[in-house]
Amino acid sequence: MPSQRIIARFHHTYPDFSLDVDLDLPGRGVTALFGHSGSGKTTLLRLIAGLQHTPQGFLSVNGEIWQEGARLLPTHRRPLGYVFQEASLFAHLSARGNLEYGMRRVARGKAMDRAALDQAIALLGIGHLLERRPHQLSGGERQRVAIARALALQPRLLLMDEPLAALDLARKQEILPYLERLHDELEIPVLYVSHSPDEVARLADTVVMLERGRVMAQGAVGELLTRLDLRLARAHDASAILDGRVRDHDPRYRLTRIDTPAGTLRLAQIERAPGERVWLRIQARDLSLALDEPGTSSIVNILPARVLALEPLEEAQLLVKLGAGADQATPLLAHITRYSADRLGLVEGQELFAQIKAVALME
Amino acid sequence: MGFSDADLQAIWLTLRLASLVTVLLLLIGTPIAWWLARTRSAWKGPVGALVALPLVLPPTVLGFYLLLAMGPNGPVGQLTESLGLGLLPFTFWGLVVASVFYSMPFVVQPIQNAIEALGERPLEAAATLRAGPWDRFLTVVVPLARPGFLTAAILGFAHTVGEFGVVLMIGGNIPGETRVVSVQIYDYVEAMDYGQAHWLAASLVIFSFLVLLVLYSLNHRQALR
Repeated sequence: MPSQRIIARFHHTYPDFSLDVDLDLPGRGVTALFGHSGSGKTTLLRLIAGLQHTPQGFLSVNGEIWQEGARLLPTHRRPLGYVFQEASLFAHLSARGNLEYGMRRVARGKAMDRAALDQAIALLGIGHLLERRPHQLSGGERQRVAIARALALQPRLLLMDEPLAALDLARKQEILPYLERLHDELEIPVLYVSHSPDEVARLADTVVMLERGRVMAQGAVGELLTRLDLRLARAHDASAILDGRVRDHDPRYRLTRIDTPAGTLRLAQIERAPGERVWLRIQARDLSLALDEPGTSSIVNILPARVLALEPLEEAQLLVKLGAGADQATPLLAHITRYSADRLGLVEGQELFAQIKAVALME
Repeated sequence: MGFSDADLQAIWLTLRLASLVTVLLLLIGTPIAWWLARTRSAWKGPVGALVALPLVLPPTVLGFYLLLAMGPNGPVGQLTESLGLGLLPFTFWGLVVASVFYSMPFVVQPIQNAIEALGERPLEAAATLRAGPWDRFLTVVVPLARPGFLTAAILGFAHTVGEFGVVLMIGGNIPGETRVVSVQIYDYVEAMDYGQAHWLAASLVIFSFLVLLVLYSLNHRQALR
């Protein structure tokens, strides 16, 4: 349905950079706006929220026009929810006061939607924090209240500007499961600004990669993280990210088996129940290639795969994109030396075996 | 001894003047402070300097120019006369106008600082929570900048109570109309009546001390929160 889309067109030159985007995004699911700092991702999000303006532009959200040319809907009339990098709670109100601030205004004098409030409180697990003032909350708790505050409005679009970036690792781990629940339970579209590939892989369905104010690529997450022409695949820590489920544990060797689209992988036992969803990351430098199935090897995880593409990386290195799994289409990346590539006689379409030296569980 | 009837009249007049000026200054000073805190205009510097002038000018200089402006040949004087209000010098309302100028920086600067410290973010957050511009000002800026408004009101009031030079230039010394406490003290000293002067002068010292004490304890409590 063409109206269930988010259409955003902005062309504007700022003193220090220019933004030039023409986006057609899905009207549901989580879309990550991904890029380095200065790529324009936050500016784009703020334009969509109406917190910043361009003299010309077009923005429509699931059929509703928010900006057309110079005519725009002010932020407070847009049915959106916005989560800032820092929680930005009102210091003079309790957590409950913060939650109700927006809800009162949505209700316009009628009764507040208590069900929506309770749902947001339950989803973010903040029921025990409601009477506290922001300064009595930890950084992670503040951000959970801020997310609930945006959700309780029952917005038609949720905008999140690096909601985890200001938090330390432990606080990130605290919030990520809640964001994953949002992803699974939310009906509305979410635009999520991030510069972290891990977050994007865990939370997003679609990725828009921005660089210097321009859209470099747009596509499904798994596909984009391994695409060779993008800087991400060339980075030193380039990786493939796999969406897996715990199959079982092997108590004798203390290993856990995980089913992924690329095949079944073993890793040192993890504290997850069978059937639970996990994300695995395989770094390109942890992959080596063999033409024949290695009979005797200390490597635990060996998957059959096919060479999808070869790309020179630097003088001595090559980047190989492999397809693994039943349909030989689940992407994996390998950094290998050109010497090895010539010795193996690698060509596109070739079938071989990927030996995976390390699989990391993404927390 | 004690306060004479003339003293009580002067105290009442002073309190009336200071209260009225404080209210007017909060009404006029807040938009100026808001503009100064948020504008990126090139006029920010000149306007800020103009507002701050009374901090450094001798009150007589300010009073002199206000007297000229409000006099029969001044632009303000011609305006008030054409409106049928008569001339402002040597009236209570003349003092009010002069005091508004004289105490302006004491009101504008604390409010401006509080709004600047607040930053853009709480306003943006409120906008994403459906609050319109007035709503944002009343429900976010005012409560969050409350210490600034409180400081502004107290300083504006106290500074108006303490003025002397401008009053003398504009208002002269008319009982019940322009003879405020500071002028009354001056009169006692001129008449060598030091006893009566003590009563009023000591009252002003105590009043000023109490005002500042309240102000500093409020700020201290705010800092502890």
